[in-house]
Order: sequence, then C-alpha cells, then structure tokens
Amino acid sequence: MLEKALKGSYYYWGWLVLLLGVIGIAFLAYLYQFFEGLKITGMSRDVSWGFYIGQFTYLVGVAASGVMVILPYYLHDYKAFGRITILGEFLAVAAITMCLLFIMVDLGNLPRLLNVILYPNPTSILFWDMIVLNVYLLLNIIIGWNVLSAERKGMHYPNWVTPLIYISIPWAFSIHTVTAFLYAGLPGRHYWLTAIMAARFLASAFCSGPAILILLCYIVRAVTRFEPGREQIRTLAGIVTYAMILNVFFLLLEVFTAFYSQIPGHMETFVYLFRGLEGHAKMVPWMWTSAFFMLVSLVLLIVPAFRRTEKILVLGCLSVFIATWIDKGLGLVVGGFIPNPLNKVVEYWPTIPEVIISLGVWASGLFVLSVLYKIAVSVKEEAA
Amino acid sequence: MMGINRREFLKIAGWSALLGAGGKTAFELLAPGEAEALLQPTPLKAKQWAMAIDFTKMDEEVMGAAIRACHRLYNVPDMGNPKVELKWIWKETYEHTFPTQENEYIAEQFHHHNFLVLCNHCTNPPCCRACPTKATWRREDGIVMMDMHRCIGCRFCMAACPFGARSFNWGDPRQAPKELNPDFPTNPDLPTRSKGVVEKCQFCAERLAKGQIPACVEAANAVKTEAMFFGDLTVKDSPVRKALRTRYSIRRKPELGTGPNVYYII
Amino acid sequence: MYDKGKILGGLLIGIVLLLFPVYYNAGRAAKAPERVLTEKAKAAKQCVEDLAYMKAQHMKILDEWRQEVVRQDTRYYKSSDGKTYFKSLQLTCMECHSNKTKFCDQCHNYMGVAPYCWDCHIAPKENG
Repeated sequence: MLEKALKGSYYYWGWLVLLLGVIGIAFLAYLYQFFEGLKITGMSRDVSWGFYIGQFTYLVGVAASGVMVILPYYLHDYKAFGRITILGEFLAVAAITMCLLFIMVDLGNLPRLLNVILYPNPTSILFWDMIVLNVYLLLNIIIGWNVLSAERKGMHYPNWVTPLIYISIPWAFSIHTVTAFLYAGLPGRHYWLTAIMAARFLASAFCSGPAILILLCYIVRAVTRFEPGREQIRTLAGIVTYAMILNVFFLLLEVFTAFYSQIPGHMETFVYLFRGLEGHAKMVPWMWTSAFFMLVSLVLLIVPAFRRTEKILVLGCLSVFIATWIDKGLGLVVGGFIPNPLNKVVEYWPTIPEVIISLGVWASGLFVLSVLYKIAVSVKEEAA
Repeated sequence: MMGINRREFLKIAGWSALLGAGGKTAFELLAPGEAEALLQPTPLKAKQWAMAIDFTKMDEEVMGAAIRACHRLYNVPDMGNPKVELKWIWKETYEHTFPTQENEYIAEQFHHHNFLVLCNHCTNPPCCRACPTKATWRREDGIVMMDMHRCIGCRFCMAACPFGARSFNWGDPRQAPKELNPDFPTNPDLPTRSKGVVEKCQFCAERLAKGQIPACVEAANAVKTEAMFFGDLTVKDSPVRKALRTRYSIRRKPELGTGPNVYYII
Repeated sequence: MYDKGKILGGLLIGIVLLLFPVYYNAGRAAKAPERVLTEKAKAAKQCVEDLAYMKAQHMKILDEWRQEVVRQDTRYYKSSDGKTYFKSLQLTCMECHSNKTKFCDQCHNYMGVAPYCWDCHIAPKENG
C-alpha cells in the first residue's frame, strides 16, 4: 500500500518537500546541539527538563486519544466510527514517533540510548514508559496496516488482529498513566506530587487528541475525496466536550486543594504560573491565555448550537489545542521545577535552536502523518 | 577510626614471622606479586556511611576549604554561569537549606547564615529508583554512586532528587572559562567528566578505597577540629554516632522519607 | 527495460559515491603505525598480560576494569603471572605508556578508531 504515498498532487508533494526542508534545517540545529551539548537550550541546573519533555508529554496524550475512537467502535459496536478508526490509529503512530524523537533529542548522551535496554532498571518509570510507548507504537502500526489492507481487499481483517485491538484499548490508557507516573511519584516536586496527575493527563489527552482528530478530519474532507462523516465528527465533538469539562474540573480541584490548604509547597507553583513569584513572571501571560482558551472552548463546545456548527466547532477545537498545549506542553513541566528544591525561583525559556529542533520533530511527525493519511485516504477513496 | 581488622593483622603478622624466621628461604616461598598484594591499602568499609556537619564550627574559611578540596580533587570546574554550574558541595543559607523550617524569628546565628550542602546519600534514594539504566545506584555501604560510563543524560535523577544535589554537564566541562579555572584539570590523577552526564558527590569512594576519609571532611577539620564528622551509622561508637548522640541535629526534608544521611549539628 | 535512463543514471551515481574512498585515496598509503615504547615500558618487559593478549584484548580488559572498579569497588587485578595491578587507565596503563601519541594513537589513528575514554580520562602530558 506504500505506493499510494508516492502518487499525489503537486500540493501533496509540495507539502512533503516543505516538511523535509524544515526537518533538514532542524537536523542541522540538532547537530549543533549534539556537538556543543544541551547548554544551547534554555534548560539549566534548576530547570533540567524543558520544552522537549513538555512536548513529549503533550504528544503522549495525543497518541492515547486514538482509543476514544477504538473503544466505542470495538467495545460498544458504534459502527459509525468504523470509518475513521484508521485515522485515529495513524494519528497515534505519528504522535508516538514524535514522542520518541523528543526523548532522543533531549538525551545528554544519545549514543548510549540502548543502555535502557541493555541495563534495564524495573524500578524506573522511564523504563516502563519506553516499553509501553514502543509496544503501543507497534500495536497501532500492525493493527492499522492490517485493517486498512483488509479493507482495501474488501475482506475482514485476519483474526489474529482482534486480540491486538482489544489489548490496545487498555494499553492506550496505560501509556498516559505511566507517563503521568514519571511526574506523580517524585517526592521533591510538589506541583507534580498529586494522585490526580494521571487522571488529569487522561482528561486532557482525551480532549486534545480528538480535537486534533476533528481538525484533521476537516482537512481530509477539504483536500481529498474522502468524507470522514458528519455523525462521526459530531460524536467526537461530544467526547471532546466531556473530556474538556473533566480537564477543567480536575484543574480546579488542584487549585482548591492548593489554596484552601494554604500550604506553601502546594501553592507556590500556581502562584508562579499565574501571578509570578519573586518578580519572575515569564509564564503568566501564557498560563492566562491557556485559561482563557479553556473557558472559550467550554462555551463553544457545551452550547449545542455552537458545537453543531462546523465553523464554530473548528474554533472550539483550536481553542482546546491552544489551551491544552500551553498547559501540558509548557506549564506542567516547567512548573514542576519552579521553585527549585532549595526554594529559589530560576526561570526557563526555550532558546531558538531548541525551538528549531522541536519544529523539526513536529515536522517529522507531520511527515509520517501525511504519508500514512495519504495511504489511508487513497484506500478509502478506492473502496468508496 | 577504621583500623586494620583482626584477619589482616594476623595475615601480616604471620608473613612477618615467616620472613623473619626463614629469611631468604621464606622470601622464595612468596609467589611473585603477593608482596605487592599485601601492600594494598586497607579500604574503609561500612554498612551505612554518614556525615555530620557541625554548624557551630562553620565559617566561610572552613566551608571554603571543604568546597575547594572537593572540587579540586575531582576536577569540578567553575563554569561561571549559574545556568550550567557544576557543584558537588556548596553553601546555602539556612532558609534555602531547610525551606520547610520557615522561621522569621530564628536566632541571629542562623538567620541568613550559610550551611554546607551536598548529596545526602539517602538510605531510600528516589534518584536511584528513577534511573533507567542504574547509572546511579545505592551501594551496600550506603553510598549513592554514579557510573559515568553508563549515564545517558536523561536527567530523571535530577528531577527526582528533592535536594537539588545533582549537576548536569550541559556542555564540555573542559571548556569551562580559563580565567576561572587557570590550572584545570586540578587533579590529573582522576578523570573529568564529559558533556551529557550527571555528576555529584560520591562520598570520595576512591579515597575510602584507599583508607582515607572524604576530602571535604579532612580539609574542614584541618581548619577547625571536629567541624565535620564521617563514619558508619551502624557502628555505635563511630565518629558520626558519637557526635549525634550528644548534640541536637537536623536533616534536610526528613518528612519525604528519603532517609538523608547528612546530619547538621546545630 | 522500463525507465532505462533513470536506472542507469542512478546506478552510475551510486557506484561513483560507493567507490569514493578508493579513488580519493588513490596513490597514497596511510603511514604504518610505529609504536614507541617508553623507557619504563621497555624495562617492565611485559604489560599487564603478554603482548599477544594485550594486542587482542586490551579494550576488553579496560571495559571489564571500568565496570569492576566503578560498580563493584574491586580495584586490584591479578594478572596471569601473579602480579597485582591497580585497575586504572590513568594511573597504571598510562604510567608506563605515557607517550600516548607515539603509542596508543599510532594504531588507533591508523585503524580509524577514536575511543571516547579521553573525553573524561585525562591523557598524560607529553613533551614535544
């Protein structure tokens, strides 16, 4: 089926070449980082994880969201989603690819990457994250490819795929739970040390992922002859709505515990993020933007008339994307390190090389996504 | 003082007797290299190494001596920029050493005064749980050790440490500013690190193997006697236990359950 | 054949690129390694193990040493002729072979091998 990715319009090839160009420039930036060291990023002794890990965390959420299409279809026989399961699975593949790339560019000693496999440490959550993420990637590739392949031949997919599909459902929940465990078990980081971290992660994953999926469906509808389906998009929108409500609710729960208890350790990071601490306030405009768009998204999604109007739904999904991306891709990771274990405030901001490398990773993910979607859409156009 | 143990003593006594008695004959009985093996320094051993720092003896001179001894012995350069700084042992004020002991009205001798902080070599270290490659692990003698050959630079241990004890080589430490490090490397007998690995205090594991106490303790005590204590927590009359038995001591963030083994006698 | 032009053209470019090292270095032979032993090394007659063993296994010895020293705190090595050595690249190996550029680097450069030991371990100072 790969040959389907090799035949396309000038726009298709132009888009791929553009992505390759971004990847090329970012690769050069990465070489600079490889030889100079991570000092070229904005990270420091006190904020030792930054933009790369923030993006990784956000994208694990997007990857997990494939389950929001798979689960209703396979467990509850919601036939309509059968049209777009492949889009969810391929989005997961692209997202996990980006996750793995972000980890790789963040490592201080990338040539030693295999040490995680050669000298595993089962008490390390990073070890388990590596396992669950790679297995999930494999699951989605195998399932997606075989189901699509069967659809192309007008057959039912082979029976051995079925148990894999059922495994992928709890597995999707596990990848984001394990990623949350990276943060939620560290005794010295009070912003992260909360039982609700995994639940928050899942809630924000299940609104940001499907929101991106809806936007992708609109793009697919606009540039191809494949119609993802009005009912499908409507149901997805409902899922995004409930997930966003939960997401905001969980955030408010955290705010309550922090500010009603008045315990400094719980409050300080929130104060830093939303008001500024000791004169340091780089994140404040960003966090309030995120909060604003969370509110906007709630309005645009909850009101049925808005949610059912395509153009407004697009705005709603964009709001979800902006809000969750800032909250998880920036606020979460940076916030955990501020104030530092000695109660000092040391700020972080990504540098230009850091952003260029990140754009390169995003471009790589978009490249994978474009190629896979081209294949999927071509097969579905044929079958139609 | 970790002395020679009974077995070692008998071994040496026996050989000396043989040498004395047999002279040349006895010498020929020794296998080649055995003599050298016997001359190996006796390492200091323990079940749980710990350190006690007497705050009442700490002044800028004592702390400076300790920090200098450590950083010079292990080629820890002054990077000149807090963003990328490397420090294995350094000074923090009371407020930052014990942030959960907020006390606006604390006695003047503590207020804004400097403490010596370093890796606590915790008994229950979260950093060791976090490391995906066991590049950092807790030895049987309690030392939380670093394996620079294995570290992949993921910095998970730095996120896990509740004490900010770990430093990362954001760039090549050998490129540290020459004006700040004119005689770098200060110790050609030990390696530096390379970019991309995490480093921290290791309770002078190399010195302990040679029967010597950590450099910071030795240097501090050379300025003021009994400024720092080092010994085995499980040995009732080790220097550390003796110091802790008679004076009040606190540790950093004990409520987190990591079991820090650096005590501050205040 | 279909696409004859593209195939033959691509094949030609591929071969040109593949054979690049051959014609780039044509007519030049890399200088054979000349290992120079220091006076101290000559006087010792034998390294930690005999010459053949060291030639074949010194990397393995060093790898085992670094694991054993750092991870097991076992710092002394008993060689096959009964001698005891302190396991240290800087303090044992380089004590005899202090002329790294005239000894270690000779073969390493010839073979195109660049061990990263020296990123951390301090190479001995050489005069001239």
